[in-house]
Amino acid sequence: MRLRERLEQWLFRFGRDERLPVVLTQRRVFILPTRAGLLYGIVLCVMQVGAINYNLSLGHALVFLLAGLGFVAMVHTFRNLLGLRVMPGKADPVFAGEDAFFVIHVENTLRQPRRALELAIANNSEVSLDIPPDEHASVAIPFATTRRGRLDPGRITLASRYPLGLFRAWSYPHPPLSCLVFPKPLETPLPLPSPGLKPAGSRGLSGQEDFSGLRERQPNDSPRHIAWKAVAHDIEHRPLLVKQFDGGAAEELWLDWKMTPSASDTETRLSLLAGWIVAAEREHRRYGLNIPGRIVAPDAGPAHRNTCLEALALHGN
Amino acid sequence: MATSRLRSFVQRRRARPQKDAPPVLLEHAAVPWLLCAALATTLPHVGHLSWWLSLFCGAVILARAWLWWKNGRLPSRWLLFLLVILGTAGIVLNYRTLFGRDAGVALLVLFMALKPMEMKARRDGLVLIMLGFFLLLTHYFHSQSIPTGMWLLASATLLTATLIRMHGGDQPIRHIFRYAAVLIAQSVPFMLIFFLLFPRVQGPLWGIPQDAHAGLTGLSDNMSPGSLNDLIQSGAIAFRAQFASPIPDRARLYWRGPVLDSYDGQTWRTNPLSRSRSTNKAATVETTGNTVADYTITLEPHNQRWLLALDLPITLPKDSGLWPTFETLVREPVRYRTRYTFRSSLDYAANREESQQMLQQALQLPGRLNPRTRGLASDWRRTLTTPEQISIAALRFFREEEFFYTLQPPLLGQNAIDDFLFDTRRGFCEHYASAYVVLMRAAGIPARVVTGYQGGEVNPVDGYLTVRQSDAHAWAEIWIQGRGWIRVDPTAAVAPSRIERGIGAALPAGDPLPALIRIDGEWLSGLQQLRYRWEAVNNAWNQWILGYNPERQREVLSRLGMDNPDWRAMISTMAVLAAIALSLVTCLALVRRTKLPQEQQAWLRFCGRLERFGIRRLPWEGPFDLTSRVAHERPELEQLVREAAEHYADLRYGIGQSKQLQALKNCVKQLASRRRKQV
Repeated sequence: MRLRERLEQWLFRFGRDERLPVVLTQRRVFILPTRAGLLYGIVLCVMQVGAINYNLSLGHALVFLLAGLGFVAMVHTFRNLLGLRVMPGKADPVFAGEDAFFVIHVENTLRQPRRALELAIANNSEVSLDIPPDEHASVAIPFATTRRGRLDPGRITLASRYPLGLFRAWSYPHPPLSCLVFPKPLETPLPLPSPGLKPAGSRGLSGQEDFSGLRERQPNDSPRHIAWKAVAHDIEHRPLLVKQFDGGAAEELWLDWKMTPSASDTETRLSLLAGWIVAAEREHRRYGLNIPGRIVAPDAGPAHRNTCLEALALHGN
Repeated sequence: MATSRLRSFVQRRRARPQKDAPPVLLEHAAVPWLLCAALATTLPHVGHLSWWLSLFCGAVILARAWLWWKNGRLPSRWLLFLLVILGTAGIVLNYRTLFGRDAGVALLVLFMALKPMEMKARRDGLVLIMLGFFLLLTHYFHSQSIPTGMWLLASATLLTATLIRMHGGDQPIRHIFRYAAVLIAQSVPFMLIFFLLFPRVQGPLWGIPQDAHAGLTGLSDNMSPGSLNDLIQSGAIAFRAQFASPIPDRARLYWRGPVLDSYDGQTWRTNPLSRSRSTNKAATVETTGNTVADYTITLEPHNQRWLLALDLPITLPKDSGLWPTFETLVREPVRYRTRYTFRSSLDYAANREESQQMLQQALQLPGRLNPRTRGLASDWRRTLTTPEQISIAALRFFREEEFFYTLQPPLLGQNAIDDFLFDTRRGFCEHYASAYVVLMRAAGIPARVVTGYQGGEVNPVDGYLTVRQSDAHAWAEIWIQGRGWIRVDPTAAVAPSRIERGIGAALPAGDPLPALIRIDGEWLSGLQQLRYRWEAVNNAWNQWILGYNPERQREVLSRLGMDNPDWRAMISTMAVLAAIALSLVTCLALVRRTKLPQEQQAWLRFCGRLERFGIRRLPWEGPFDLTSRVAHERPELEQLVREAAEHYADLRYGIGQSKQLQALKNCVKQLASRRRKQV
């Protein structure tokens, strides 16, 4: 196995491509007959024997034409990949266990269309792509994630059997790709807000008192905060308004490392925290995150959620 | 860059073929392609298959098309298995075997029709196409004519297009076929190279099934009343002759085939004893004049061991022998169109001395038959002294009595010769030859029937003499002490035009004959011209394509300048030429990059040169951005780069003039020379 790896390394020159776009030059496109190609070869041999045996001169011609077709198909399959330019795109963060989608931009500088390009990373399912002449196309290649962290999927396999399926040409472009993988969230009930667990240094706000304004009521708002006086004045049946208070401790939720069971391992604790973040975001709560080495001040919204999850994803790195 | 448009994202997703992953599925829209491919490859076989098999296969393909249309479920494995068993059983019952050539083809056709019924994965489609390629080859068992070749070229293109459709997804049909045609066209040079240089081996490699050569027509080794009749009705070509010497008169063109010297009252047969070399005197041909003919014959396969040669051959082709009856025989039956070269002397004396056994055989008559004929012969024998006189008396009898030449003779009875000579008096060459020989034998003169072809027709387009089955003829030979075997053609006495102008002239109008053999009719002459053309093309096809065998190959290659071409030389030349063709095809395929406008080419070249100075134009950098960066990094180049950038910008974005293109090109040169100076 070791030998095989070294052989492959030597043959395919694996390694990250620093210069972008990655151009698939002659040296980087490989080609071998497919199983169908081998069958084709065998069929041609049998046909040739038949042609000789029955002295079929036209049979010879047919076999020779088909043999020529094999050669031509090889060139055309090779051509289908040659000169493609590959640029990495971005990949949106995902939770561990989901498929990450790496966007790849492929540029065709030839006047011929490129058809049936198959892109895949490692053993993940492949996607197919056609590019008209002189155009770009973008494609998202799936990659099944298993672990949190910054994911480097490695090289892409860009292959094609077009036009005849007798040969498969492939190349291993390896542009820098990366995707952030959040810990797999564990669905558990949100912990109760406990002011005692506020991390040192964070502002102590008693948000129950400082009235800061009115806003429309949202389903999760406590009935205690409804501005009943305003409602009473209202005769046009406008939506209910709630009183808003500045960052009260009761509203603000601190998701703390210490709240997770200390008996569990790190990954489980991170997963618990991730689950809380997802739940808190779903309930439109303001929440902060406190894990060893990283404190995220309370806030809400998708950007905040991603910041928190990223902190979890990169924990320990 | 001009046109770049961001295209859609994920188009098709499917599982990657892994060890236990499901195979790639066949697209629904690709199925009609495969059905067409199945049809195209099986259709030409319909004429050669049993009607039930054709119907069965047609029905199965139709049913599959219907299922496709209705998007129905494919039949279960069991049903399919049942169909295979049924079909195979039918073939076994029909052909009595599964392994003959025809049974094998029938089986392939059956599989071809049934395969679409279980097509689910792309792999199945591929198997079908491979089967199709194989089926294409089997068409050649029946015909290797030009139209067959064309049909197969079209079918091969269709199969290729199907493969493209299967692997390339949906695209306009026109594009698919254009691409398939391009691929086929690019494979043609390979075909020519391989065809010319692939070392030919004379088949067969092993014993081929008995049914391989069924249905070949030609003379046979026996002649019973009416047997030549069928042959004469056929316009098929028996052989073509190419003369190196002037073509002799038509009346001297007697192409000798089997000699029949055994008669049972109905049928003339060859006698194996007469052919035995050990008990007979060897055939010796003495040249008595100076009319010699050198010619090469391209014989259509007739599945018999004899070759046809002008009376009488003096130089034989290799691997053939002259038998005591002056027939030319080869070891194996002629199963393929073959070429061989003869030299014949048209003035000859054949076996002035003859073995007793041969003469005895040439006097044999079935006892007690044909009493009137015997009576006539013994009258002549009593009144005439020499065999020559008796022969002349017989010919005069044919000429002066009321004999008619017709291809529709009345039936003859038990005493066939008596009936013919004294009652019906209607017949053609076989009757006259047969009656004449019986007369001679009854008169004590050794005589025998010779069958073969008489005459032929010169194709003015290529100069070949074409001899057809309709030129089949039977004549007689008598042996005279001191003179040897002498050819006598009693038909000539009755219908001289048969010998001088061919059978079309000899027959009365109204006798059925293939239109093309007839020579009367003005409207036919235009047709005749067309036919000459077509046959010349066909002949060239036969000579150069179908008749390209080991000898022909050696001949062609040495004419092309390869001396002593053995298989090693052929293989290596073939490899070299194929490599050249491959690189040409590669160039053709790869070099067709986008042709950029000239100014852009020059600018890109300029930027390329600039890279050697350590400045790499970034993909988004315009000409002036680049100039300002150069001014910063390599001030000494600034002026040149600015100049080039201005020209380029004018040409590309402004109103550039052709002068400027030249100037831009000059900049490229200057940059190059600077680099050289630097180094």
